[in-house]
Amino acid sequence: MGANDTATMTSVVGQSVLRKEDARFLTGTGQYTDDVSMPRQTYAYFLRSPHAHANIDSIDVAKAKQSPGVVDIFTGADLQGVNGLPCGWLITGTDGKPMNEPPHPVLAQGKVRYVGDAVALVIAESPAQAKDAAEQIVVDYDVLPSAVDSLDALADGAPQIHEQAPGNRCYTWALGDKAAVDAAFANAAHVTKIDIVNNRLIPNAIEPRAALAHYDRANDEYTLYVANQNPHVERLLMTAFVLGLPEHKVRVIAPDVGGGFGSKIYLYPEETAMVFASKKIHRPIKWAAERSESFLSDAHGRDHVTHAELALDKDGKFLAMRVHTTANMGAYLSTFASCIPTILYATLLAGQYTTPAIYCEVAAAFTNTAPVDAYRGAGRPEATYVVERIVSQAAMEMGIAQDEIRRRNFVREFPYQTPVALNYDIGDYEQTLDAAMEMADVAGFPARKAEAQKRGKLRGLGYAAYIEACGLAPSNIAGALGARAGLFEAGQVRVHPTGSVTVFTGSHSHGQGHETTFAQIVAGRLGVPVENVSVVHGDTGRIPFGMGTYGSRSLAVGGTAIVKALDKIVAKGKKIAAHLLEAAESDIEFRDGKFTVAGTDRSKAFAEIALSAYVPHNYPLGTLEPGLDETAFYDPTNFTYPAGTHICEVEIDPDTGVVDVVAFSACDDFGNIINPMIVEGQVHGGVAQGLGQALREQCVYDRDSGQLLTGSLMDYALPRADDVPSFNVATKVTPCTHNPLGAKGCGEAGAIGAPAAMMNAVMDALAPVGVTHFDMPASPYRVWNAIRAAHGHA
Amino acid sequence: MAVSLAMTVNGKPVNADVDPRTLLVEFLRNNLGLTGTHVGCDTAQCGACTVHVDGNAVKSCNVLAVQAQGANVLTIEGLIAEDGTMHPMQAAFRDCHGLQCGFCTPGMVMSAIDLVNRHPGADEATIRAELEGNLCRCTGYHNIVKAVRQAAAVMGK
Repeated sequence: MGANDTATMTSVVGQSVLRKEDARFLTGTGQYTDDVSMPRQTYAYFLRSPHAHANIDSIDVAKAKQSPGVVDIFTGADLQGVNGLPCGWLITGTDGKPMNEPPHPVLAQGKVRYVGDAVALVIAESPAQAKDAAEQIVVDYDVLPSAVDSLDALADGAPQIHEQAPGNRCYTWALGDKAAVDAAFANAAHVTKIDIVNNRLIPNAIEPRAALAHYDRANDEYTLYVANQNPHVERLLMTAFVLGLPEHKVRVIAPDVGGGFGSKIYLYPEETAMVFASKKIHRPIKWAAERSESFLSDAHGRDHVTHAELALDKDGKFLAMRVHTTANMGAYLSTFASCIPTILYATLLAGQYTTPAIYCEVAAAFTNTAPVDAYRGAGRPEATYVVERIVSQAAMEMGIAQDEIRRRNFVREFPYQTPVALNYDIGDYEQTLDAAMEMADVAGFPARKAEAQKRGKLRGLGYAAYIEACGLAPSNIAGALGARAGLFEAGQVRVHPTGSVTVFTGSHSHGQGHETTFAQIVAGRLGVPVENVSVVHGDTGRIPFGMGTYGSRSLAVGGTAIVKALDKIVAKGKKIAAHLLEAAESDIEFRDGKFTVAGTDRSKAFAEIALSAYVPHNYPLGTLEPGLDETAFYDPTNFTYPAGTHICEVEIDPDTGVVDVVAFSACDDFGNIINPMIVEGQVHGGVAQGLGQALREQCVYDRDSGQLLTGSLMDYALPRADDVPSFNVATKVTPCTHNPLGAKGCGEAGAIGAPAAMMNAVMDALAPVGVTHFDMPASPYRVWNAIRAAHGHA
Repeated sequence: MAVSLAMTVNGKPVNADVDPRTLLVEFLRNNLGLTGTHVGCDTAQCGACTVHVDGNAVKSCNVLAVQAQGANVLTIEGLIAEDGTMHPMQAAFRDCHGLQCGFCTPGMVMSAIDLVNRHPGADEATIRAELEGNLCRCTGYHNIVKAVRQAAAVMGK
């Protein structure tokens, strides 16, 4: 038993209760998709395009079909009548027209548009036989010129990737008051300008994508196990939009999922083709991506090219900001691709500041690369990086201290309406800045810098005061902005006759620890032990509905749906208790697991009420149904706004360009916290991913051939244990004003704050040698080159 | 052209005829149903497949099953005592929240045990350097390092 296992019922919320899910993960008994097997299962292998852009003149599968163990082979020609994969968000451009939305075929239809585009599905008795057979497929490609860079793709004369998207443009979109921004710039005392690239990333959850599709002829039903973050949405999109199957005849199960970070939100071609094929061959089909396939075919993240300008008055007050971003969509629109560089990006450009006028224009380009979609933070890290880099640079140019320029511009009165659509309900940015500065020992920094200098090293300190918008947000407003899905969450609380509880949540846990956090909410409210609460997630066959987990929404939206269901349980419990205690319902109080007649010692324990609900011998059957099982759907009234300050300290060896992250301090305001241990873990992981982006990670496609050069873990540098320090994390609390938990969300904060904090630290360290800016990642090569360039070497 | 294979896995003798190209991890997962050992990459970089072969941590995706002919193999499933007691390393990972999604965890635990066996008093820098061959995308390594230090203290007693 851990020290925290004995947390009392009433105080269980806010305690670092050890995780219920850990026992299975630690003993090798977790059930990830590839761990599930079915009798008579076959194995899938996807033949993928080796070219970035090519017409397919012919595909010959005859020889491959004779290969040992082959069960069947499907190509685009076999999928006639199957629709393309849909995009879940319609962006309307500045021209008033809907975005260009070319088809996204499940298997290539006459043309391939990126290296890794799926061309054929080979099904065999073993994975090796499927792979062997794929080598026998003869595809005659007519190779076309390609464009992998978003600016190249939008340039005149670029190869045309889709007929339906002239000039490879998906949309040009804008937000904000351009005239007001222009006027403010005309009167500015100082203007800071910056050109920045937000480097393209490959998510790399450690569990590669996987699926197991089965068609049950007896009941005309499909079952799909898939490593996915939102099984209900997966099912809805696959059945209603692509395959034309009855939704109720398809069960999607996302069992234990080994990390997502956004990359498993989407409906992908592979599982769609497998569900289709499972009925054709009448046998289960299993597929587990190899890591190389993940690199090629998982949705990538970021990839923004931005020019930003900040107008300031003589005291460093922000007057206006002007931003132009070109965003790479990849070859096809992934499920939420279109809303990332728009709705989830430009709306965050106010940051923590009172900048009165902001204008942002976004050009979205199709390229011959893997689709790009949400990756941990999704638009908000990109926005924070623009804001915090330009603020930091402005402070350096104007000779204002980094904390001071931020303090002069903080939003201090709430609610606060930004000029970019969001309405911040609450926050205290000075509080998190002050705490982070204390944690980072900013006062002691000059001495550390001087000491480093004696050793020939350059030290720097960097700040990022970030804000994010989480818990995506009223469905009707999102709908008006182009969302094609709702953004509520469902929760069901089933109280069993003995008083134990099963919770069914539409949120999905792939590392977040919902089985513990949600159990704590129920235990705290009903007064039952955490051990008596089970949480079920990731199964359309057991859960009423769900929108899944992304955008740090699980607690604020999914948790609130559970609270709403608990409200109904307690309300019904009061009616039952009133009957049993022969009292008025209005006199019944529920506290510490007991229903009590106010002002008396007459009470019924929660378990007694549960038993009465299922053994209704003494029960108001005329007015109340038996049973104690309630469902709630919760649609939030606003985003939540987690915010905080991250401070990074680096030491750079100017001779080698190696950046050593020596300290990282994060003080975040996530609102109320249910399990501090889990929240701290989320921050640690997010910060490591953010440092990964700033320090190491970089997706590279060859500009001429369109080949993915960073196609393995030997070429793409994920942060390793010795790349990052131990982190110093703390929280402050201003409770969210519009959900009953007062919770804001914590999953993405680290990935949002860390890149800007680290790069600001790098620029602070390199300021003495004349370097003001270069793009992430701060690899030794880039740092060394930046120092050389500042010294006048080409 | 199957080859006959015999080894000891988690203390029990096992025999099978396998395709010679079968990897040790495939043998463990597919033939023996020991799915606690995971495959996270194809270049021996992530370490999710780490098991012990004759007491040494080995990436089982990088070893043919036939190379473990006659060997003594220990997987994550074999760590727990018959009475259900976790190995101190498993317990430390739980106590320190050293895992989130759990996918890298079995390999991380097997590597960590090996590292503590070789460096009983390892400091943070040594632990971080020694875990360089195991990738975790969730935890940022902070709590893994904490867990290894805690387990090392227990295992040293």
